[in-house]
Amino acid sequence: MNPAVLIASVYVFVLAAFLGYQVISRVPPLLHTPLMSATNAISGISLIGSLVMAGAHFPLVAHLLGFAAVTTATINVVGGFLITDRMLKMFKKREPAAKSAGAVKP
Amino acid sequence: MSPATLLMEATYLVASVFFILGLKAMSHPDSARRGMFYAEAGMAAAIIGTLIGQHIVTWVWIVAGLLLGSAIGAWMGLTVPMTAMPQRTALSHAFGAMAAALVGIAEFGVHGAEMTAFTRGALGFEVMLGALTTTGSLIAAGKLQGVIRGTPVQFPGQQLLNLLIALGMVGCFVTFWLNPALIVAFYTMVGLALAFGVMLVIPIGSADMPVVMSLLNSYAGLAATATGFVLGNNVLIIAGTLDGFSGFILSVLMCKAMNRSMANVLFGGFGATVAEASSNAGGTMREIPLDDAAVQLAYASRVVFVPGYGLATAQAQHAVRELAELLESRGVGVKYAIHPVAGRMPGHMNVLLAEANVSYSALYEMEQINPEFPSTDVVVVIGANDVVNPDARDNPKSLIAGMPILEVDLAKSVIVLKRGQGRGFSGLENPLFFKEGTRMLYGDAKSTLTNLVQAVQHL
Repeated sequence: MNPAVLIASVYVFVLAAFLGYQVISRVPPLLHTPLMSATNAISGISLIGSLVMAGAHFPLVAHLLGFAAVTTATINVVGGFLITDRMLKMFKKREPAAKSAGAVKP
Repeated sequence: MSPATLLMEATYLVASVFFILGLKAMSHPDSARRGMFYAEAGMAAAIIGTLIGQHIVTWVWIVAGLLLGSAIGAWMGLTVPMTAMPQRTALSHAFGAMAAALVGIAEFGVHGAEMTAFTRGALGFEVMLGALTTTGSLIAAGKLQGVIRGTPVQFPGQQLLNLLIALGMVGCFVTFWLNPALIVAFYTMVGLALAFGVMLVIPIGSADMPVVMSLLNSYAGLAATATGFVLGNNVLIIAGTLDGFSGFILSVLMCKAMNRSMANVLFGGFGATVAEASSNAGGTMREIPLDDAAVQLAYASRVVFVPGYGLATAQAQHAVRELAELLESRGVGVKYAIHPVAGRMPGHMNVLLAEANVSYSALYEMEQINPEFPSTDVVVVIGANDVVNPDARDNPKSLIAGMPILEVDLAKSVIVLKRGQGRGFSGLENPLFFKEGTRMLYGDAKSTLTNLVQAVQHL
């Protein structure tokens, strides 16, 4: 990696860390479990590294390791997003006051 | 730069922005779901961009991996029950870390010789973090699933052995970093990292799992970040760092909620020895007949439910919602008090109650609900113990001294649903159970709650 690219990568890392801190600390404890499963699914982006290993012009061993990595990363991406959505769907706000008010009306 | 490469880079930029938007939307339950659609779109774009922009020559392994992974992922995603969420999450930390480690090992095999010192360092971190997170997360998942004993595993000389493994691992890292021709050093490092992951998690008790889960989350993310540095890929760096920081922030929050340092959680072996430094707890626990409990609840004006891990093991979330709704229909004000470390992972109780259709506006955090306990008529503690132990506040000698608690002992009366007379996971006596205003209701939480529903209905 040449120095200019390296420095740019370090910039990206540091800025992402600050941004991560700002964004994540605003997530309420209520959603901490879905948060964990969402960030997990998102970090499944390492799939794109696995894809290259599994399919580019490399020896068979690299393809096999790449295949295993594609499989586990895909499990995280697909499973992670599905389960996050399943959880988030459940968080509902109900208005008990409206319900009882409706019942009282003649 | 060819048009295909440009397109690929564009999809990576889009993916990075969409991931951040997705996590930003997590700040509120109403927007969170829409945010995840952004993240999913970003992911799809990045995958398609990679397949177009990289020089893919062999498709068979890619297609096979994508199909197999999607099948397993979809099956897990759709069938895992909410009560098993901690194990599922631990397993996914293992998968994520394993993917990073495997890519790193393959990368070393293919490009190891011509790597710069920086890339080799990043690769070392990627593989080391990936390998130890893989085995550590598998052990955590085993403990949570109950396949492995949940109590801390400790033996004489353990700290020394761990230190030796750690030193050996770092030593191999430095050796192969200085001399990339020494392939043996690289693979020895992988082996030692796998062993270190196991050693790191076995001495930690189940009750400390929220911290461990968050920490493994962080490691898995940082392994992805290191992969990004090795491949010179910014979207990997961004996504990995977001994941890593999220896990780190959560683990700090969890430690704070237990008033313990990270080192104490990781190396303290909390719960291994039954504390002989006994508290000032004494006297008798008073049982309450079910019908009396029903009367007390039915004629209260304010009731607070405090769920703990016992709620999850008994799968009692639906039963408690039924009881709460019945009480509400009689005009009782019902709230739920959630301690940050209740359960086995951050936010565990919230998810279970949401599954049972409890409105999230009825769920209160510790700081919000604590001032309300003195004006609460009945608190129902369901399978929670240490998070309501007044010793943490009153007894400076207690093992959990200083841990912020839900101050349910200040309420007018407390009903504790408990499986038996045993102690909690920390092995501590809980003076709350012996208090004047506390009554015990023994038995399985789910059937007890169901019986309470019937008893209240017959009043």
